[in-house]
Amino acid sequence: MNEKRMLDDQHFEQMIEEESICTTDNKVYEAPLDALYDTAMHYCPGCGHGVVHRILAEVIEEMGIIKDIIGVAPVGCSVLAYNYLNIDMSEAAHGRASAAATGIKRVLPEKYVFSYQGDGDLAAIGTGETIHTCNRGENILILFINNGIYGMTGGQMAPTTLPGMKSTTSPFGRDVETMGAPLKITDLVAQLPGTAYVTRQSVHKPGNVRKTKKAIQKALEYQKNGDGGTCFVEVVSNCPSNWKMTPVQSNKWMEENMLPFYPLGDLKKPNGKEK
Amino acid sequence: MAKVKGDIIIDIEKCKGCELCIEACSQKSLETSRQVNQKGYLYIVKIEDNCTGCTNCALVCPEGAITVYRKTDKSKKQVAKITNITKDTTVTVNE
Ligand SMILES: Cc1ncc(C[n+]2csc(CCOP(=O)(O)OP(=O)(O)O)c2C)c(N)n1
Ligand code: SF4
Ligand code: SF4
Ligand code: SF4
Ligand SMILES: [Mg+2]
Repeated sequence: MNEKRMLDDQHFEQMIEEESICTTDNKVYEAPLDALYDTAMHYCPGCGHGVVHRILAEVIEEMGIIKDIIGVAPVGCSVLAYNYLNIDMSEAAHGRASAAATGIKRVLPEKYVFSYQGDGDLAAIGTGETIHTCNRGENILILFINNGIYGMTGGQMAPTTLPGMKSTTSPFGRDVETMGAPLKITDLVAQLPGTAYVTRQSVHKPGNVRKTKKAIQKALEYQKNGDGGTCFVEVVSNCPSNWKMTPVQSNKWMEENMLPFYPLGDLKKPNGKEK
Repeated sequence: MAKVKGDIIIDIEKCKGCELCIEACSQKSLETSRQVNQKGYLYIVKIEDNCTGCTNCALVCPEGAITVYRKTDKSKKQVAKITNITKDTTVTVNE
């Protein structure tokens, strides 16, 4: 009995010892709480915006540029990005984020500057600004979150909505005959001489999250080196709420339907090297 | 019982129960709890002690709610002194 108790004590000690694995020494991953406020975000459960905010903050922290980077938030679900990213940020009128970012970069060329935009913002109302910013080769990063829909306003069709995809303004599915084919704006800007680095990534799986993070980091490094032009990082993302799916279903649907149409990978690398 | 290699701490008040972490965990360590947090979401809990500390769950979490720990070589050295205790305990388990 005594012996058993002793062994129990030892077992208990071992359990404590095992719990102690949660020490600072053993910490391998923690949310970036310097560049990201320690607060709940307003995004729907499972929304890709949250992941992109987080990895953007990770890159900013790891590069040590919290005080040297300025972001421009769009109109769309990520309109409140400045409430989450603990960096200097500005808000732009709908679609004009890359134009606002141009102004900021030209006045403060020593700062890192990026715009963060959804597909409705960047590829619909802001098509003109996007194309001309890229054509001028502004030395900024455009971070483009493509979820194929107007998320914030309740799921209207976006230029990026897939053929046959249902939305509140294409209730029978997008009819390419009358509504046009989806706009691959990333492929479009890759054609322009002004862009230096154009890539398409996603954040639906751990490996993809790592790649997207790397892409954002590369883009900011190119910006620092002045490697000759605009860096454009598209992230194919989900909108579980307006796609009317659970987050897990939405990622699966995205993989099966969005990715064949919007294939992942680099479209253009600096020095004009195409894929 | 397998030796614990990794562990996670979940900020249950940040969690929105999206289950993306469950999907990302190849060890099937995670499950939805039956209780809700202050915001009314069914948060995530760890149900198995087989976590490897791979960080996959934390990488896909939109809320940044998961902190991951993994036994590093450094910490292995630190706990070397309890090797005996572990051995003894193995006896207990066998009993
Ligand atoms: C000038 C103007 N026109 C229209 C709107 C309405 N509006 C707000 S957000 C939005 C679309 C947002 O979609 P997207 O950029 O894809 O962002 P998401 O919410 O999907 O991330 C629209 C049309 C507006 N706010 N301002
Ligand atoms: S509406 Fe869609 S894009 Fe907006 S927060 Fe919800 S899931 Fe994300
Ligand atoms: S760290 Fe890896 S093994 Fe552990 S719970 Fe997360 S995904 Fe599962
Ligand atoms: S991924 Fe994050 S928010 Fe979603 S259920 Fe897991 S811990 Fe909660
Ligand atoms: Mg959108």
